[in-house]
Amino acid sequence: MKSRRGLISTNASHAVRAGNDFLPTANLDALWLRAELLRRVREFFDRRGFLEVETPLLSADTVVDRHLDPFAVEVGSSGCHGHLARADQQKALARRQWHPDRGHRYWLQTSPEFAMKRLLAAGAQAIYQVTRAFRRDEFGPVHNPEFTIVEWYRVGDSMDEGMTLLSELAEALLGSGAAVRLSYREAFERHVGLDPHTATIEQLVTAARQKKIDAPASLLPADRDGWLDLLLVNLVGPHLGQGQPTILYDYPAGQAALARLRDDGDVKVAERFELYVAGLELANGYHELTDADELARRNIEVNLQRQTNGKQPLPSESRLLAAMRAGLPPSTGVALGLDRVVMLAAGAKNLAEVMPFPFNRA
Amino acid sequence: MASYNTSDFRKGLKVQMDGDPYLMIECNFVKPGKGQALYKCKLRNLIRGTVIDRTYKSGDSIEAADVEEIDAQYLYRQGDQFVFMNNENYEQYELSAEAVDDAWKFLKEGMNCAMVLFNGSPLTMTPPNHVVLRVEYCEPGAKGNTASNVTKPVKVETGAEISCPSFVEMGELIKIDTRTGEYIERVKE
Repeated sequence: MKSRRGLISTNASHAVRAGNDFLPTANLDALWLRAELLRRVREFFDRRGFLEVETPLLSADTVVDRHLDPFAVEVGSSGCHGHLARADQQKALARRQWHPDRGHRYWLQTSPEFAMKRLLAAGAQAIYQVTRAFRRDEFGPVHNPEFTIVEWYRVGDSMDEGMTLLSELAEALLGSGAAVRLSYREAFERHVGLDPHTATIEQLVTAARQKKIDAPASLLPADRDGWLDLLLVNLVGPHLGQGQPTILYDYPAGQAALARLRDDGDVKVAERFELYVAGLELANGYHELTDADELARRNIEVNLQRQTNGKQPLPSESRLLAAMRAGLPPSTGVALGLDRVVMLAAGAKNLAEVMPFPFNRA
Repeated sequence: MASYNTSDFRKGLKVQMDGDPYLMIECNFVKPGKGQALYKCKLRNLIRGTVIDRTYKSGDSIEAADVEEIDAQYLYRQGDQFVFMNNENYEQYELSAEAVDDAWKFLKEGMNCAMVLFNGSPLTMTPPNHVVLRVEYCEPGAKGNTASNVTKPVKVETGAEISCPSFVEMGELIKIDTRTGEYIERVKE
């Protein structure tokens, strides 16, 4: 059989010196595997009656997240937006979407979430999308600022049904068996030895210190979710999805993002879940928040946190909010990082082995 | 003072903490999808050689170290100090025996070395990878024995002892690898 390997060059600095950095970092076998997994994704959703959709990569709206930074794109004050009436310009200015010198500001999407939910509000029932997502400053062995996301929503699904569908997809792509489910609380009790919902911040800090985890000097003592993240990354994550996939669910209320909250005994938990395979986070899902007022409140809070962290605030008004005010049906939605799935399927350790041109060769 | 933000972090960065220069030898980006981005770094203290782990979150910064590499000529030794001269501006620097460490064994007057300056002061020096030194004293080699696996200690002109094949004679020149301290070959004059 003819070899599919082709020319590759994985050593970046060597390639630059040798003038070879036009070469892909992934070999052709990895690209064949990527294509095969993309086919399986489409087959999986098509068979279940999902509609494949495409939504804008460049949008006036962007997800307002404490830790996600979108790339801003200035689209010019004349040209396609020269027709904006003065009143509209004022409105856009207030939404930080328009600037008298730079013109209209658009954002490369950190996920297709907003646009896909607008489709749900317009009557779509079950939709999926394979698209690119962009996140500034995220570059490492398992991060690339531009990556492929598979995202889907199904109206009427509970978190439980959402987790079942995610487990089936993971099985179809990786063949690694059904996922075990582990609540965020159980995971912390098992690997950190405390209840993440009721522990005081002092207890979180003490746990990190006892386990000899180096904490950033800038991590504020009041930043509860920052400390939980530090413990998750160092003590919990590496144990998840070893042997068989794990779905971590019922996140702390402070990390709800766009998930709805539920009373769990005397604490509130977020109906949010994540798929882990071999210690690597592959997907994030929400039983989606549908309350527009609650989203508006969270946006304001997140923007305050962003400013505390020295990040620019993001537009808190959006067409998603308008859609939610008009009525967003209850649903569960998930985003899956496809490049990481390909990486695991290929037995690779680095995204560059399965992406032809990672950011430093893009 | 210039500083590096987390988005500039990469292997090879030279930074300064508590007055000491450090080299970033590892930088691992970790981030839960919806959580705080962390940079788990390993840094080597360029004076002590110790390695420390430090975690930073996005937006943090570290002061850049003013570290410069120059070519310097070894001039002479004065007690505990080794005196070098910057080949470009003829400025002289003194480096302590402690900082020179084992490299004294290979230092011959007039030899060109690589030197690292931190805030304008010498921090470390590295001799050339290969140096040629004269054998000042050794026991005579056993007659007829040319097997190179038989070695003997040889004292070279810097005063250092090098392990050499037994056929090496007094007054000869030998080439030494300064990274391993090992004899490589005899050199004809």
